[in-house]
Amino acid sequence: MADQRQPTVIADNANIVYRIYGSVAPGANSPLASLRRIVTGKKSAAVREVHAVKGASFVAYRGEAIGLIGTNGSGKSTLLRAIAGLLPVERGGGIYAAGQPSLLGVNAALMNDLSGERNVELGCLAMGMSPAEVKEQAPGIIEFSGINDRGDFSSLPMKTYSSGMAARLRFSIAAAKKHDVLLIDEALATGDAKFRKRSEQRVRDLRKEAGTVFLVSHSEQSIRDTCERSIWLESGVIRADGPTDDVLKEYETYVNK
Amino acid sequence: MAQTAVADSDTGPSLTELARSHGLTKAGRLPRLPEYTRHLWSYRHFIAAFANAKVSASLGSTKLGVVWQLLTPLINAGVYYLIFGVLINTKQDVDNFIAYLCAGVFVFGFTQSVVQAGSQSITANIALIRALHFPRASLPIAVSLVEVRNMIASMIVLVAIVLLTGEPLTAQWLLLIPALVLQTIFNTGLALFVSRLISKVTDIRQLIPYILRIWMYGSAVLYPVTFFAERIHGWQLTLVESNPMLIYIELVRHALMENVDLAQPAPLLWLQAAIWTVLVGFGGYVYFWRGEKGYGRG
Ligand SMILES: Nc1ncnc2c1ncn2[C@@H]1O[C@H](COP(=O)(O)OP(=O)(O)OP(=O)(O)O)[C@@H](O)[C@H]1O
Ligand SMILES: [Mg+2]
Repeated sequence: MADQRQPTVIADNANIVYRIYGSVAPGANSPLASLRRIVTGKKSAAVREVHAVKGASFVAYRGEAIGLIGTNGSGKSTLLRAIAGLLPVERGGGIYAAGQPSLLGVNAALMNDLSGERNVELGCLAMGMSPAEVKEQAPGIIEFSGINDRGDFSSLPMKTYSSGMAARLRFSIAAAKKHDVLLIDEALATGDAKFRKRSEQRVRDLRKEAGTVFLVSHSEQSIRDTCERSIWLESGVIRADGPTDDVLKEYETYVNK
Repeated sequence: MAQTAVADSDTGPSLTELARSHGLTKAGRLPRLPEYTRHLWSYRHFIAAFANAKVSASLGSTKLGVVWQLLTPLINAGVYYLIFGVLINTKQDVDNFIAYLCAGVFVFGFTQSVVQAGSQSITANIALIRALHFPRASLPIAVSLVEVRNMIASMIVLVAIVLLTGEPLTAQWLLLIPALVLQTIFNTGLALFVSRLISKVTDIRQLIPYILRIWMYGSAVLYPVTFFAERIHGWQLTLVESNPMLIYIELVRHALMENVDLAQPAPLLWLQAAIWTVLVGFGGYVYFWRGEKGYGRG
């Protein structure tokens, strides 16, 4: 069976760990304490580890749309970031992908001090577009985001935007590029009804071009509408992987317990 | 981190082989150095745009805007002159102490601000790194570019000061350009080095102000370079005089000023400057590249 289908994303026992360096006691961050830690080679007491994805293994094939479900903090966004190669996978496992997967998330960070226009330029360049392409695409991106519907907001800093406006702009930038493997992290849930309709159409277009789509959503309806297969992640562990209807049923009984 | 042997032998080989047989690449695979360099080169427009964005973001909130780029070095030089030239009087027998001092302050300041900004370039942009896919070396390199802009502004101020204090304009001034080019490459390597180091060992950030201050005192910024030769000898003197910052500062003084005592003959200084530039520039780049895939971890 695997011989006929072309795999696009393979996770093989993938573990993902966040390391957080935060201050604990006020004294622990003084230069002297730093020096002592460096000299003695002891790890900072402030380093904490969060094991966000634990031993995930699955194979995704070309033409599949896979829904990723799970409660808050179960590791869905983390898994997508690792597939995109943005977060490292711990030794002993790995995630393999065809081409360069693109992550389309609402949390994609832009620079708040800069105008919307400058953010469009920077975001497009960071996705690997050439300056000529950016110039060509920028008006379309701003138009699509609709941030100029209520006046000339594209030349104002992003910190003056409402959260929905910022999310719309981020989505528009990310959606401006062609994608091999497409990872969508709640990008459908942003904005008002009008924008949601527009963005859903956009995602359908993108899906047609992409080999494989991963969709994270807390909306059962949009998972059911778009995905024939689903993976349920709970506390970083894959609890179920199969046809969407079966997995959703299991998930519902777990949530309603 | 720790995976069981069972999981490894059960799923490990077969899935990994499946991936390999279909030509999938490992997410987070470290590209080879030439490949990485080409990739970085194709992101040059991003680097330039990011550097511009940083400048306009930092100056955008001030009323005087670009004027600060000239004002900052002027104030800096004024403060140091007041303390070391007038109050403490370290000038000894230097003919043109104002120019001598300013050359040191501005050249050292260039490296100092690259190190300070470079130490933040990964940690402050962690959200950007987790969101978008670009060669991470873009960030420290952009920092270095921003500081090149500031350096050019302070060099304009320096040239004005040197001329106003009576130094003649000679062909030797052209040496200023290669000296600053070498220093810029050195700085970029240093920015790459500290940004990786600090993303791994955050504690070192606490020590950076002290390291920079000690480094400044050891670079003959505030007093004549002959100060060292009068006090220490032998290998200690060699060690102090092979300090790259001292060398870059000497080269700039040598380029701009007529009668200035150098620690070593100029050709020797140039040779050492070139060695430091290659060593730190290339070494910093390789060191940063080797950590490329871990920066998202934070
Ligand atoms: N930047 C980070 N640093 C440290 N820990 C993190 C970070 N981001 C997420 N985590 C932790 O990793 C775990 C999984 O988080 P993740 O964002 O992947 O959840 P999620 O499934 O996407 O949740 P949600 O449905 O709320 O979006 C959580 O325990 C979270 O605290
Ligand atoms: Mg999430």
